[in-house]
Amino acid sequence: MTATTAEHLLARVRDLLAAHPPADTDRTAFLRARFDAGLAWVHYPEGLGGLGAPRSLQAVVDAELEAAGAPDNDPRRIGIGLGMAAPTILAYGTDEQKQRFLRPLWVGEEVWCQLFSEPGAGSDLAALGTRAVRESGSGDWIVDGQKVWTSSAHTARWAILIARTDPGLPKHQGITYFLCDMHAPGVEVRPLRQITGEAEFNEVFLTGVRIPDSHRLGAVGEGWAVARTTLMNERVSIGGMRIPREGGMIAPVAAAWRDRPELRTHALHQRLLELWVEAEVARLTGERLRQQLVAGQPGPEGSGMKLTFARLNQEISGLEVELLAEEGLLYDDWTMRRPDGVDFTGREAGYRYLRAKGNSIEGGTSEILLNIVAERVLGLPPEPRDDKDLAWKDLSR
Amino acid sequence: MTIAAAPTDLLYSGTEEELRSAVRALLTDRCDAKGVLDRAETGRPHDPALWSTLAARIGAAGLLVPEKLGGQGASHREAAVVLEELGRAVAPVPYLTSSVLATEILLGCDTAESAPLLRELASGSTVCVPAVPLTLAPGAPLPAPVRDLGGGALTGTVTSVADAVAADVLLVLADTGLYAVPAAAARLTPRVPLDLTRPLATVTLEAAAGTRLADAGTARAAVAGALLSGAGLLASEQLGLAEWCLTETVGHVRGRHQFNRPVGSFQALKHRLARLWLDVASARAAARAAADALAAEAPDAPLTVAVAQAYCSGVAVRAAEECVQLHGGIGMTWEHPAHLYLKRAKADSLALGTAGHHRGLVADFAELPAP
Ligand SMILES: Cc1cc2nc3c(=O)[nH]c(=O)nc-3n(C[C@H](O)[C@H](O)[C@H](O)COP(=O)(O)OP(=O)(O)OC[C@H]3O[C@@H](n4cnc5c(N)ncnc54)[C@H](O)[C@@H]3O)c2cc1C
Repeated sequence: MTATTAEHLLARVRDLLAAHPPADTDRTAFLRARFDAGLAWVHYPEGLGGLGAPRSLQAVVDAELEAAGAPDNDPRRIGIGLGMAAPTILAYGTDEQKQRFLRPLWVGEEVWCQLFSEPGAGSDLAALGTRAVRESGSGDWIVDGQKVWTSSAHTARWAILIARTDPGLPKHQGITYFLCDMHAPGVEVRPLRQITGEAEFNEVFLTGVRIPDSHRLGAVGEGWAVARTTLMNERVSIGGMRIPREGGMIAPVAAAWRDRPELRTHALHQRLLELWVEAEVARLTGERLRQQLVAGQPGPEGSGMKLTFARLNQEISGLEVELLAEEGLLYDDWTMRRPDGVDFTGREAGYRYLRAKGNSIEGGTSEILLNIVAERVLGLPPEPRDDKDLAWKDLSR
Repeated sequence: MTIAAAPTDLLYSGTEEELRSAVRALLTDRCDAKGVLDRAETGRPHDPALWSTLAARIGAAGLLVPEKLGGQGASHREAAVVLEELGRAVAPVPYLTSSVLATEILLGCDTAESAPLLRELASGSTVCVPAVPLTLAPGAPLPAPVRDLGGGALTGTVTSVADAVAADVLLVLADTGLYAVPAAAARLTPRVPLDLTRPLATVTLEAAAGTRLADAGTARAAVAGALLSGAGLLASEQLGLAEWCLTETVGHVRGRHQFNRPVGSFQALKHRLARLWLDVASARAAARAAADALAAEAPDAPLTVAVAQAYCSGVAVRAAEECVQLHGGIGMTWEHPAHLYLKRAKADSLALGTAGHHRGLVADFAELPAP
């Protein structure tokens, strides 16, 4: 067992930097070397980009590498791979799958997307109807169906995919989880333009797509349990980040307030102060959560951070448009573009206002998250439901 | 640019958790809601026996006092934990007034004359409250001081003095300095308070004699500092209060059936309670940050305190209001303790500066000036 103290990690960082000076090493080569040194995600196992170290020590490594001018893996662009695909592959993947997928995923050579939502199954994800049928001779799976709102499908090389493999079972039981090659024949990605004008997400049509059984994750029919691992990680990945005071959405509004006295009104002042205070309290709540994680006493606060940020982003960006008065009537650019990711800082107030509307829908709506807090944290009774024991094919749609 | 955030420790230490258990055990034993209500109805809400156990046996009164003056040499972090528990029990004890505000004023004076009184406060043998209105806020102009007619004959009237009826000594801010005046030397006119558990009185001084503890400049600075600490720690009382309301309400809606279901299974209520839980979790971070900043004398302590007060007041009131509403008719009765919490929460939202006042302070510290 390797020692995994901060000093040990820092020594490894120095070795890495000595062997691959960032200034004259190719970006991808450096990131691969970092992965191989176990300094990618230190809490992952040895050989898979980590050292089995406490997760909290990652911050030490990141800070040291940043200070040395080392390139990062552009986590914003590969968020779905890092936040959702990787932990699920780690938990359920075979050794071959882990060896094959984790390194290019972390380095960013292969972008991932998430083929979960369907036109008829969003919040009620387990109702999905995309079919995967096993071919008797080859053992391969043939997938037919339609996915929707798929972020990054246009840049993705791989996808995590859930599909129905037995419509005769109740909806949670007949689902299987796959790793889908986005370049396979039969995968068609169509941009879906959104309210900001750009197309950050897509419709994905799957027609006779062949997936080898070796790209199945977890057992046949056990896909829901695997998907829950993905969804849990999706919601957890927010709280652990450290933000400075007045970081995030409040920054541009506060700056406009300071720089442009002619925009100030008393009514806006009161709202600005209320939101400034709430943003500061959200920062402290996130900081407290992070300290709990480091101290190994994770609290339930994590379930709430996404809810808080969604609400605050929406209220603050709404205020910003109003503050700008006449300028708030304008929009920076409606050109249909296909961005690599969300750009809250590079665009203007109108974009922020519109894009923030997605914060309470993507990754589980605020209503669904409130249900989760009420039931899992507060222990309130679940919704009465009649869909648990019916075969999927007999559900009303 | 606005002040960068000082590093904070927002968790509870082992010692703090031990202190919490001791205080909670005492309050569970000796300060149940029915007892608090019965006492409040007599017009004498304070429980001197409870106070002496809390103050002396647990040592809570002397937490902020250095060991060399007979205190515990602890910090605002520990005092905050005590206040959380007192808020959770709406306990009628003069902790905020005597062990926080008066103690901080005396510590701020730091004079030979203030030391003996501080020792008595730390031991809990003397209750001492500042003769200032409970609504007096940090950053607000101090009220016109009581006048010294010469030779320490103090004359004047101070309204809304909290816990004065339980005090042995009043700290009087006069034009010539700070004075310790025996409560018996003042005329106390009890008023009918909104919050039954923290009584208010008008204090009238008619050529009352007191001991001079500090000069006028020192006194005013000490009072300003004490108001800052008081406001920061009040956030913890508000947190404890809000937590009780949430826990009690969740318990109630789980057990109460209407329409053949627990009412807590209706989504309208689940979502309201989930939001309230979020608010309480956030209030905890804000209150802890204030306590920690005060303990560390962090440069951004005034901002952190203002943020905590601007936030926690509203959460406590909302929690108490939800508690009444979601208890239905029961919540509206005198027998159910919900009203004690509502009254304390609403009064707390005026004490030591309203949320609006503290947002004004945030505007100054964060350089977000009014138009
Ligand atoms: C910007 C963006 C990016 C996205 N990226 C991806 C992606 O990459 N991959 C992917 O698979 N999906 C993605 N999604 C889809 C997202 O996960 C779904 O939109 C979301 O889960 C909601 O499902 P729905 O749109 O079908 O809404 P519905 O489920 O139809 O909900 C409609 C409304 O009803 C409410 N509602 C539904 N059920 C309940 C309930 N039980 N109680 C109370 N209210 C309820 C919802 O909160 C919502 O307000 C993305 C969405 C957005 C907006």
